Amino acid sequence: MDYILAILVGLFIALGVYLLLSRSVIRMLLGMTIFGNGVNLLIFTAGRVTREIAPIVPPGLETPEGPIANPLPQALILTAIVIGFSMFCFLLVLAYRAYQSLDADNTDTMRLAEPERAPEPPLSY
Amino acid sequence: MSQNALPTAMIETLTAIGDWLVVLPIVLALMGGALLLMLRQTGKLSLLAALVVVGAIIACDIGLLIRIAAEGPVSMTMGRWLPPFGISLTADIFGAAFALAAAVVTLAVLAYAEIERGEPEQGDGFHPLVLLLLGGVTGAFLTGDLFNLYVWFEVMLIASFGLLVLGGGAAQLDGAVKYGFLNFLATTLFLLALGLSYGLLGTLNMADIMRVAPMADPAAMAGIAALLLLAFGMKAAAFPINAWLPASYHTPPAAVSALFAGLLTKVGAYALLRALVAILPASRDLLEPVLLALAIGTLLVAPLGAIAETNLRRALGFLVIGGIGAVLAGLALPSPAAIAGAGLYIFHAIVTMTALYMVAGLIERRSGARDSRQMGGLYAADSGLSVLFFVLILAAAGVPPLLGFWPKLLLIEAGLAAGGWGYGLVAALVANAVLTLIAGTRLWAHIFWRNAPEAVAPRRHRDGIGFAAAGLLAAAIVAAGLWPNPLIAGAHMAAADIVDPAHYVAATGLAAVEPGERE
Repeated sequence: MDYILAILVGLFIALGVYLLLSRSVIRMLLGMTIFGNGVNLLIFTAGRVTREIAPIVPPGLETPEGPIANPLPQALILTAIVIGFSMFCFLLVLAYRAYQSLDADNTDTMRLAEPERAPEPPLSY
Repeated sequence: MSQNALPTAMIETLTAIGDWLVVLPIVLALMGGALLLMLRQTGKLSLLAALVVVGAIIACDIGLLIRIAAEGPVSMTMGRWLPPFGISLTADIFGAAFALAAAVVTLAVLAYAEIERGEPEQGDGFHPLVLLLLGGVTGAFLTGDLFNLYVWFEVMLIASFGLLVLGGGAAQLDGAVKYGFLNFLATTLFLLALGLSYGLLGTLNMADIMRVAPMADPAAMAGIAALLLLAFGMKAAAFPINAWLPASYHTPPAAVSALFAGLLTKVGAYALLRALVAILPASRDLLEPVLLALAIGTLLVAPLGAIAETNLRRALGFLVIGGIGAVLAGLALPSPAAIAGAGLYIFHAIVTMTALYMVAGLIERRSGARDSRQMGGLYAADSGLSVLFFVLILAAAGVPPLLGFWPKLLLIEAGLAAGGWGYGLVAALVANAVLTLIAGTRLWAHIFWRNAPEAVAPRRHRDGIGFAAAGLLAAAIVAAGLWPNPLIAGAHMAAADIVDPAHYVAATGLAAVEPGERE
């Protein structure tokens, strides 16, 4: 199971990087999301996959009876999902606003902050 | 896990009052941000509340620093579970000193921002976002847990997004797209490295990783360290992954630029210092050639960018990147003296870069232009401003007796002592200082010395506040440069604790537990 998940993580990250290399802002956003989900899956796999044993200590005992699922990666992923989703929302709105005011969703034509072919600096001291 | 080991997993006693100092600066910043959100329509009251909260944070940081200087690193664990299960906040001298510097420059920026903020802009959430940013930065400086560091990075990132687009100018949106994507990618890469290190070591507590990392597979740890170097290098804007900084830092109002220049890249540099030197020293040795190349490249290319640039604040952005090169030079040399130099350089850069951007904002207000080709004649109109800019340029280049000189002296001494590639680093450091001087003095000559293309605007009625704020930071730089002994001694103490983390580990209470005992 771990191997299948590891291959899936690799696929997610490869696809995310591929989309991030695009010039279109929307494709980059999709790439960012897929990349983030690949990383979340990686943390999940790194915490070791255990089937159907909830991490609950039975009443009367101080330790669980056998091996249990690791609850920590789930807490980490939950945090990462919340943060990643809020960042995605912000970037989505930002891309839309940039499209409205710059009339561009191609990063090659977004040159307002860094003008293309800026004049030479003065040679005098 | 054996039965008798169980009770020690929980904290049974109350936390000592003194330990609360570790978490107070962060709590004050976040609660202050929430309070200011409610006060955002109140105008002057909002500013007053922000100044009071940041003042309280400075007081806490000073208290924390005094305590650490007396007793060594201080640690406090959240949520009653002992480390490595509970999240530790662990502060050493570097962390506390940087947190203090960050709070001081935030106070100056809050005062400075008043000259730019007219009546209609009130209620825009500037003050809450600044407090949130300070909370994220302070958290990153004081945390002792890798995942917690990731969370503080994101807090910082979302607050800086808000500040960057405040006002919503087209150039700001353009800069924010580049800043946003590349910084979000950097934190996601950090998360990737963190997930791998958890899978390999089973712990996220920094002190615990220091203990168990030497037992792990060195090849896998080197991969993780390389990913951390990429992620934090992007955050710190090291060459060649610095493109987001000159694309975005000059677009927001000068007060926001000043805050970013002082705080954001320095957190990345600090995280590099902590991750590569303190936590994974064995992997740092493997990555040393990469660090050397990065340091030399950043030191040389950044000031060349500043020379080629005519937009004043963009040119200063390249000087910010050049400073990161000096920190990387400290990381590439493993000796404690070099670590002390890198740490002292971060401290210096926080104050100097903020002040430099503040002065740039004042220059832009007087000349009405953002491009240095359209400026001129300011010397006759405002000689005080010209002195301020000149002093700060000398400080950034590292001319004695200003604060910037001492960390570079430590780094050059360490480079000469190391020999071999150390000489290359020394040459790059000296070349960086010369190129920075060329870029800075040429900007100075163009802005102040040559004849004015058009009439210089008179000083506006609130400009005095901004001048005083920048002037006080510059005075602090001069004073610290003239009496550097306490700072240098502190940096040496801090570097000794980074190189030999015994005190750091002991502060978290992990020293008594054998690594690998719990499983």
